[in-house]
Amino acid sequence: MKVIVCIKQVPDTKGGVQFNPDGTLNRGAMLSIMNPDDKAGLEAALRLKDEYGAEVTVLTMGLPKAADVLQEAIAMGADKGVLVTDRVLGGADTWATSTTIAGALRKLEYDLIITGRQAIDGDTAQVGPQIAEHLGLPVISYAQEIKVDGDSVIVKRQYDDGYHMLKAKMPCLITALSELNEPRYMTPGGIFDAVNAEITTFGRADLVDVDDSNIGLKGSPTKIAKASDKVRKGAGEKVVPDSPEDAVNYIVGKLCEKHVI
Amino acid sequence: MGAMNAEDMAQYKGVFVFAQQVDNKVSGISFELIGEGKRLAEKLDTDVTAVLIGSEVSGLVDELAEYGADKVIVVDDPELKDYRTEPYAHALASVINEYKPEIMLVGATAIGRDLGPTVSARVATGLTADCTLLEIGDFPLVALPNQVQKHNQLLMTRPAFGGNTIATIACPDNRPQMATVRPGVMQKLDRVAGKKAEVINYNPGFTPNNKYVEILEISKAVSDIKDIMDAKILVSGGRGVGSAENFKLLDDLAEVLGGQVSCSRAVVDSGWKPKELQVGQTGKTVRPNVYFAIGISGAIQHVAGMEESDIIVAINKDEDAPIFDVADYGVVGDLNKIVPALTEAIKAQLANK
Amino acid sequence: MDFTLDKKYEMAQNLFREFAQNEVKPLAQEIDEQHRFPRETVDKMAKYGFLGIPVAKEDGGQGCDPLTYVMCVEELSKVCGTTGVIVSAHTSLCVDPIQTFGTPAQKAKYLPDLASGKKLGAFGLTEPGAGTDAQGQQTKAVLDGDEWVLNGSKCFITNGKEADVYIIIAVTGVVEKRGRKQKEISAFIVDKGTPGFTFGTKENKMGICGSSTYELIFTDCRIPKDALLGQKGKGFGIAMHTLDGGRIGIAAQALGIAEGALDTTIAYVKERKQFGRSIAQFQNTQFVLADLATKVEAAKLLVYKAAKKKEQYQADHKTSYSVEAAMAKLCAAEVAMEVTTKCVQLHGGYGYIKEYDVERMMRDAKITEIYEGTSEVQRMVISANLLK
Repeated sequence: MKVIVCIKQVPDTKGGVQFNPDGTLNRGAMLSIMNPDDKAGLEAALRLKDEYGAEVTVLTMGLPKAADVLQEAIAMGADKGVLVTDRVLGGADTWATSTTIAGALRKLEYDLIITGRQAIDGDTAQVGPQIAEHLGLPVISYAQEIKVDGDSVIVKRQYDDGYHMLKAKMPCLITALSELNEPRYMTPGGIFDAVNAEITTFGRADLVDVDDSNIGLKGSPTKIAKASDKVRKGAGEKVVPDSPEDAVNYIVGKLCEKHVI
Repeated sequence: MGAMNAEDMAQYKGVFVFAQQVDNKVSGISFELIGEGKRLAEKLDTDVTAVLIGSEVSGLVDELAEYGADKVIVVDDPELKDYRTEPYAHALASVINEYKPEIMLVGATAIGRDLGPTVSARVATGLTADCTLLEIGDFPLVALPNQVQKHNQLLMTRPAFGGNTIATIACPDNRPQMATVRPGVMQKLDRVAGKKAEVINYNPGFTPNNKYVEILEISKAVSDIKDIMDAKILVSGGRGVGSAENFKLLDDLAEVLGGQVSCSRAVVDSGWKPKELQVGQTGKTVRPNVYFAIGISGAIQHVAGMEESDIIVAINKDEDAPIFDVADYGVVGDLNKIVPALTEAIKAQLANK
Repeated sequence: MDFTLDKKYEMAQNLFREFAQNEVKPLAQEIDEQHRFPRETVDKMAKYGFLGIPVAKEDGGQGCDPLTYVMCVEELSKVCGTTGVIVSAHTSLCVDPIQTFGTPAQKAKYLPDLASGKKLGAFGLTEPGAGTDAQGQQTKAVLDGDEWVLNGSKCFITNGKEADVYIIIAVTGVVEKRGRKQKEISAFIVDKGTPGFTFGTKENKMGICGSSTYELIFTDCRIPKDALLGQKGKGFGIAMHTLDGGRIGIAAQALGIAEGALDTTIAYVKERKQFGRSIAQFQNTQFVLADLATKVEAAKLLVYKAAKKKEQYQADHKTSYSVEAAMAKLCAAEVAMEVTTKCVQLHGGYGYIKEYDVERMMRDAKITEIYEGTSEVQRMVISANLLK
């Protein structure tokens, strides 16, 4: 059984977001980590390796520096790493990203593809299902549990009001939630192996069945009209209402204004 | 994907919204999308069409009409009984290819965030996720010398980076312009009893293939004791709450808001609440959307654990309490009077929504 | 000479840091208060190979080097000195001598289980009447047929009662050396559960309270003849060699405690306000922190250098790292004590309260100036080398 896990390197927002003095995000000050949902997907794959001897390949797309997350994955127990990197692939939106990754996946063998539900920098949750669509595979999003049953997977799929147990025939694609499991740590010995492990690099020319009109900034149908780093809020308001009713009206008003209720 | 040619683009007209239903009950997001869709449609001088997908769902059409849908396209098929990606994506993609909407809105729910990307990839257009603001305007926003400025574009604004950045996105060269929209943000219209919509029945035909997954079990139960670090709304109490029993006031408020109760160190020390609920330097660091600091003075050790919250509402009788330095909305007053009244007011507000 | 860390060390540091934050820090206060050995943490560390870091892969270890091991003890000690010393005593004082002096059969018998953390190790040299002074040893081992018979006791033994494998130093006879009668010292490997091997009282300590410190008692304890580690009569050398390595581990523990206290205090002074401004804005705070950070950095360089020296020894079995280990421990331990004391001071009253980590760190720091050779012993080792 061959499993490919798609992972992404993202800035770590867990310890709080760092700001520049002008209130914009200080991306340089934030550490790069493996996206949490992707890490849960990797853990699920490694459990399939432990249980069924599955071969686990990790794949990422990004700058050459993104090889760091592949090494981390190998130090956790993944067998192989594939880095998809090329200047012409930069500036991709979810469409161009998913066509690119699908093009890379066509060059590889797999029974199961696992992606994270969403990345903490973009929060779109689009790339996984879009990859499945490009490859003509069944997709199960929001996986809370994954089991293998012969040539099929049985997945607990989370919904807003409960869950469905779904069965899909492999090959298929699953998007993993970070609640899926508690990802394992690397091991010191795994790290020593990982830094010497060979990482396969794919460039534009390695992508199978991908048209130039579908990659990079030019291949991205969505365009950014305006982007701003939210400025950190300043001092708030303080009121001394005459009565509890006034206080309540004030608070309810603010909550409505902010769409809390 | 290349840009569509102008002739093809011109064929795309009207605002469509995906009318999500589960167990033949229309989800709240559907009415919100109709309301927002109507607002956008008016600016474009067009109308709003709800796309209702399911099995034996025609009974829901009137409700969609009463909330403002001008037209309802119904795709009704036994294969569509419960949500599965494939037959639903086939249904919605077929509707888009057949009826060519200019704008297609989908709720950013656990269903919509699966359906939206699949459909956008199938019909080959862009998709903007989790939008919180939609506008009609120009792209680029200001005219640039070497670029055609397109008018009447859907400008989709969304937060990213856990809400720390915001971006406005357009999809100028492809149709439809697709967005998933965060639930609870858009306003639904007042229901007009008896209002009717034009109904179009459409069935593209459903032939199961490899992409059809099998549903083995459906469970509606959701119950977890949640970590306060995952809560979207926290109602946090301090020494000022006065007693363990009095936390009932906070429990009630948290319940109507769908939030959770947390507390300061003083409360844990007094034995009123367990340590797991403590926010602060020696407790947990939380970043909810809304943090109510009730009867909490706001010692720096507490503030360190909650200052990253999106909105901080403080209620305290001490006008000089340091909590007011970090609160977005500070109210000086008696929590014993304000909190129960606030709970009732929110309950009322939610009921008539 | 290059002071930048290789990628593998950076990754290992991140691993240990993350593990320490998630798994060790949440228990630090509790195990200190309850004087409880953190067995669950030991099990987790075993799972991830932390108990066999500098052990070859063929012996069941991780195949890493002494510096990686030092970083592990350092990062663990940043949040919990107890957890740091558990790993240090196991690795440096039990695994290392078996690795260095064990026969192929002893290595095959013990290393895979120790390196995988299936078994925990400890080391017994100190006796009520003798610490690093070998001639004061009272515990005796007498060969009786195919067995050694042990009698006597060892005290202040880290990982005592919790460990499964013990390296025990005992007197095996009397030899003449330059016309003087001297005790002949040998080393043994003793398994827990051997009849006649029992535990005395548990020490109630000032710091590293989660660490299990016991008296070991041997009463006609019979162990097989081949439990002798190294040659008969070479026990003192084995003990000294083992302590050289152990000192690097304790130096790493001290370094970690100092860094942990400094990190905590830097965060604290930025938040704590007095007279309307954060105490970080006072020059006294700034200067104290500057001095402490400088000393910590100096200690770190000595500790890392000692680890690298030890790595060299493992390659050539010649290079001595005794002086480097002594300097690293002397410096790191004294820095740890100074840093934690001053960090408590910067915390003011809060620093004296158990809810704040620096209170525990100050108590934990003290032992690093005492065990595996006091600071005075380190000075003897260093000066003996200078004046030889």
